[in-house]
Amino acid sequence: MMNMKVNIAGVELNNPIITASGSYGFGREYGELYSLNELGAICVKGLTLAPRAGNPPPRITETYGGILNSVGLQNPGVDAFIKYELPELKQYTCKVIANIAGNTVEDYCQMAEKLSDSDVDMLEMNISCPNVKEGGVAFGTNANTILHITQEVKKHTNKPLIVKLSPNVTDITEMAKAAEQGGADALSLINTLLGMAIDIKTRRPILANATGGLSGPAVKPVAVRMVYQVAQVTNLPIIGMGGITTGEDAVEFMLAGSCAVAVGTANFMNPYACVDIKKGIIDYMEQNKIDDVGDLVGKVIIK
Amino acid sequence: MIMSYDVFKCKLISKKEIAPNIIDVTVKSPEIAALAKPGQFLHIKCGDEIAMPLRRPISICDAEGDKLRFIFEIKGRGTKSLAFIEDELDILGPLGNPFTVSNETFQNPVVIGGGIGTYPLYKLTKALENPTVYLGFRSKAQVTLEEDFRSVCKDVTVATDDGSYGYNGYAIELLKEKIKKDPVDIIYACGPTPMLRAVKQVAEEAGIRCQLSLEQRMGCGIGACLTCSCETKHDGTWKFMRVCKNGPVFWSTEVVL
Repeated sequence: MMNMKVNIAGVELNNPIITASGSYGFGREYGELYSLNELGAICVKGLTLAPRAGNPPPRITETYGGILNSVGLQNPGVDAFIKYELPELKQYTCKVIANIAGNTVEDYCQMAEKLSDSDVDMLEMNISCPNVKEGGVAFGTNANTILHITQEVKKHTNKPLIVKLSPNVTDITEMAKAAEQGGADALSLINTLLGMAIDIKTRRPILANATGGLSGPAVKPVAVRMVYQVAQVTNLPIIGMGGITTGEDAVEFMLAGSCAVAVGTANFMNPYACVDIKKGIIDYMEQNKIDDVGDLVGKVIIK
Repeated sequence: MIMSYDVFKCKLISKKEIAPNIIDVTVKSPEIAALAKPGQFLHIKCGDEIAMPLRRPISICDAEGDKLRFIFEIKGRGTKSLAFIEDELDILGPLGNPFTVSNETFQNPVVIGGGIGTYPLYKLTKALENPTVYLGFRSKAQVTLEEDFRSVCKDVTVATDDGSYGYNGYAIELLKEKIKKDPVDIIYACGPTPMLRAVKQVAEEAGIRCQLSLEQRMGCGIGACLTCSCETKHDGTWKFMRVCKNGPVFWSTEVVL
């Protein structure tokens, strides 16, 4: 009997597949195609204290092996999420992770409090969004700031706290250690890499916001490297992401040290990506006679 | 019978370059064809998804029986790659909010399209009773589907910007003349943004209801990722709506162009 269950900070997921925040909305649209019970967890679109309109379009463009996006955290606000979206999601067996983003430390704390009184299973603190003027990645690129904000948010919640790390830093391990020291219960990485694309005909940036976050297969080696490095310096469970498109990609992240994996851009290529990636992990386990998906975690052989 | 969009592997029936870089494709897809409404679109995989992760949104030109037809312009590497696919296409659809077709409410419809924006109007024209159709192109070399439109509609006028074929000038001028002399109770438009902006202005000044089909760079195609937004006005306040889900067809009074 194969075990696909994984445990992240005391929360048991039926399988290691999580939807990456921002790629999947609140699950309604993909829920038309397959049951959300297929997922280990859904990490919802980044929430802010007040509703946000987001950035002007165009917000997306394709690059070699990847996409650049700059949505700018368009969302209906944390209260509307709790009232209208969360009850829908709680019909399913998948766990619900609320991704939160703020302009100030107080914003994060206030949202953490509101969500602590709700039925969400975990919080993911987004201190790595590259597409907003205030907050976002500004909190996630300095170890002292990460330590401080993690400590503060922990004081305001009884839910397990995942800190989502930015790859746009000099040393990802310093950021991971700061989050752990601040009391984080888990880490997720990587958020998008800051990028840019220019239309040479108009000589203007393709995205209205000029820069955007790069994701997709193009970033995968960077993400695998960062997961591996972080896994060496922390005992926290890691949710790995960055270009995961196939079961093989997911296995690679788990070998590097991820307990679970998140799927983002691949949903756009293949709306059934989460289901197919799960099947791909199972195939690998069968071929390699592995009974427990947890046995893959951190099993990369160095030397 | 499916009730909603889904992903289908669709066998290629025919493919033809009908004008420079304009590719006319028919595939077999009984499922999508059965559900497809005028103005809806398809989200099509263009080849190697690792190299090109985004599908390309392309409007449905026609759906009849088990056949689905769409026409696209080769613009970038995605559409170029799509033009070379043989045998089978990976299509997500049908997607989006269609045109409102009500032959009881609207007895004098006008359909106006520009360039590749004329193709999504074909299925619409078929669904309407006695529409007036204006098709605008840059030049004679781009004039396409004229015979198709004439076979389903008596009142079709082609215009070219350079006067090399049909009416000499923009199709919007034909629309303005029409409004002056005849009753028009709805206008449907698809084309480049400057044309849509002009149609919106003409329609709203004349107090005629008007639907516009918009285009935007798109991610998921089903409403989850919020990347293909357009600016809209509701009760005096603006907000971004999703071209893929709330659109691509909007009432002219909803959108800010």
